[in-house]
Amino acid sequence: MLVIKDLHANVAGKEILKGVNLEIHAGEVHAIMGPNGSGKSTLAKVLAGHPLVEITKGSISYEGKDLTAFAPEERALQGIFMAFQYPVEIPGVNNAGFLRMAYNAKRKKHGLSELDPIEFDNVLQAKIKMVEIPEQFLDRAVNHGFSGGEKKRNEILQMAVLEPKLAVLDETDSGLDIDALRSVAEGVNRLKRSDNAMILVTHYQRLLDYIIPDFVHILLGGRIVKSGDKSLALEVEKKGYDWLQ
Amino acid sequence: MSNEAIKQFADREYKYGFKTDIALAKFVKGLSEDTIRIISHHKKEPEFMLEFRLDAYRRWLKMKEPHWPEAEYAPIDYQNVIYYAEPKQATEKPKSLDEVDPELLRTFEKLGISLMEQKKLAGVAVDAIFDSVSVGTTFKGKLKEAGVIFCSFSEAVQEYPELIKKYLGTVVPVTDNFFAALNSAVFTDGSFVFVPKGVRSPMELSSYFRINTEGSGQFERTLIICEDNAYVSYLEGCTAPKFDTNQLHAAVVELVAMDNAEIKYSTVQNWFAGDPKTGKGGIFNFVTKRGKCQGKNSKISWTQVETGSAITWKYPSCLLMGDNSVGEFYSVALTNGKQQADTGTKMIHVGKNTRSTIIAKGISVGHSNNNYRGLVQIGKNADGARNYTQCDSLLVGSHCNANTFPYHDIQNPTAQIEHEASTSKISEDQLFYFLSRGIGQEDAMTSIISGFCKDVFKELPGEFAVEATQLLGLKLEGATG
Repeated sequence: MLVIKDLHANVAGKEILKGVNLEIHAGEVHAIMGPNGSGKSTLAKVLAGHPLVEITKGSISYEGKDLTAFAPEERALQGIFMAFQYPVEIPGVNNAGFLRMAYNAKRKKHGLSELDPIEFDNVLQAKIKMVEIPEQFLDRAVNHGFSGGEKKRNEILQMAVLEPKLAVLDETDSGLDIDALRSVAEGVNRLKRSDNAMILVTHYQRLLDYIIPDFVHILLGGRIVKSGDKSLALEVEKKGYDWLQ
Repeated sequence: MSNEAIKQFADREYKYGFKTDIALAKFVKGLSEDTIRIISHHKKEPEFMLEFRLDAYRRWLKMKEPHWPEAEYAPIDYQNVIYYAEPKQATEKPKSLDEVDPELLRTFEKLGISLMEQKKLAGVAVDAIFDSVSVGTTFKGKLKEAGVIFCSFSEAVQEYPELIKKYLGTVVPVTDNFFAALNSAVFTDGSFVFVPKGVRSPMELSSYFRINTEGSGQFERTLIICEDNAYVSYLEGCTAPKFDTNQLHAAVVELVAMDNAEIKYSTVQNWFAGDPKTGKGGIFNFVTKRGKCQGKNSKISWTQVETGSAITWKYPSCLLMGDNSVGEFYSVALTNGKQQADTGTKMIHVGKNTRSTIIAKGISVGHSNNNYRGLVQIGKNADGARNYTQCDSLLVGSHCNANTFPYHDIQNPTAQIEHEASTSKISEDQLFYFLSRGIGQEDAMTSIISGFCKDVFKELPGEFAVEATQLLGLKLEGATG
């Protein structure tokens, strides 16, 4: 599904990614771990097409196509979803309306008719039940005045609605207390399917107690220095990152 | 990437810029006492009206054009303005809309305003004004049954001279300001609304103003009176063709609300804004709008969506005379290209326990300049007066400008005043958030801006909220979420 080869990328002129190689297949969950400044978030952003990340070398192939040729909105329409570490607040824009815009953009892309608010509400009701999100979320403005935990859960709701093929969760666990973490993780687990894949970018092992990864990669200094299974995450938890340097 | 989006967004075309080729029956260029006599004569006005105009003109001659707003423009040559432009009609004066020149009806049709019997907007009565003359008013009969008078100002001068005499100039005195004096001398047409005691207008009233003739000014005059316990909601819309020359629009609107009366006045202004790149042409929108809450518990609410004009200069205001009266001002001002706006409100608290709310949203795009200017005045006797003001500015791109000029004049220690202000930019992050969900740049931008304006849009009467979003969408093409 996704093949990253020797990826180098700059942020504000500074090289952050220094030759990342990664291969992901449908049905897999990959965790990317690493200390602050290792390039985790940059890797997530580069997949979503963030304008501040500049690719200087290497390739990203998604479903056999050159991903870097696509604008961010096109990537989203092709099934890539990024759950943001810091979801932005959009005052005055109704959450349900926002979800409908995104959902309809995708339907349009697939040549389907757009849903009106009433039709879409049926879709939405099923989704909020699936990821156990209170209905009041829908009437609020997108992330506006949401607590940290609510923002993260709202990301998961968007993910549920958009049903991405490849979801990149950027530090979705950060700033969550244990109950919120569990609820977010349960939501994510329910969205796992054999035809989609997930990348969990995280600092800590604890998220991986709830969402079990098939692969764990350690990102250090802009490179993946070690890959393994879940046990690698536990090892890092115990020993820190220094021994990998 | 987002700079590109901003650029595309800022470069959109004005789609109401077409001109109707219609012969003028009469027009008068240049300003003198003769001009005024000719206007008054064409309008078959009673003597008192001519006197009112001449008096205003003589006072205007002694006044100086003010230049304190944050706007720059070349001097206006008042002798080079067409003060009266009347489209040629099939008959001398159409008795009904069936006799109106079809070309005129088609013009309004094209603007989305149907005057034809079978296509009229349900529940909304419309007065359509083309250059200096009212083309027709719909649902007049139905309104009359309810006791509501809704007609063109010219008609009112002839049919209800006593009401005009009683109220004209009582809210905006002739000498209030330079442009109000000019308007008082040369005003041509506008709307007149009278809602008698205890009557709630059974439908929304709406006027549509169209300046068509090049070089013409539109000096509209509107007067709305609500007697005790009466209610009316009124909406005006405005467009003009694209010309290289500037056109002057100097209107005066006066509202009077008696005991327990309520007037809701909404404006969707989309005059031609001038060329977005050179700044050439466009309307000078120099308008005086004021409402007097004369009676106790009365309420006047201004809602404006200002998207057009080369220069907008207006401060719809409330004189809160009656005890417990309420004034409200909800404004969205969007400037793009080289547009300049200096707009806001004045809330003058005179009566006891008077309350006012000001919500002003300014959006600056392109190289435009967008200013909020507002006065909250609490008089000596206005015990328990309260004001809440919120001014938010949104900048799109980095070549535009936004300022807020709040003035407070508080002479009563019991007053409670709150003022909140914010300035923000459409952030790269907000835009990217939409994009990352598959929503295109244009829709993203429109959505963010509509969201920013939501507190104001929700004040617009029902179907107009949708219409205003669409009208705003002239500049923000694309659907809103």
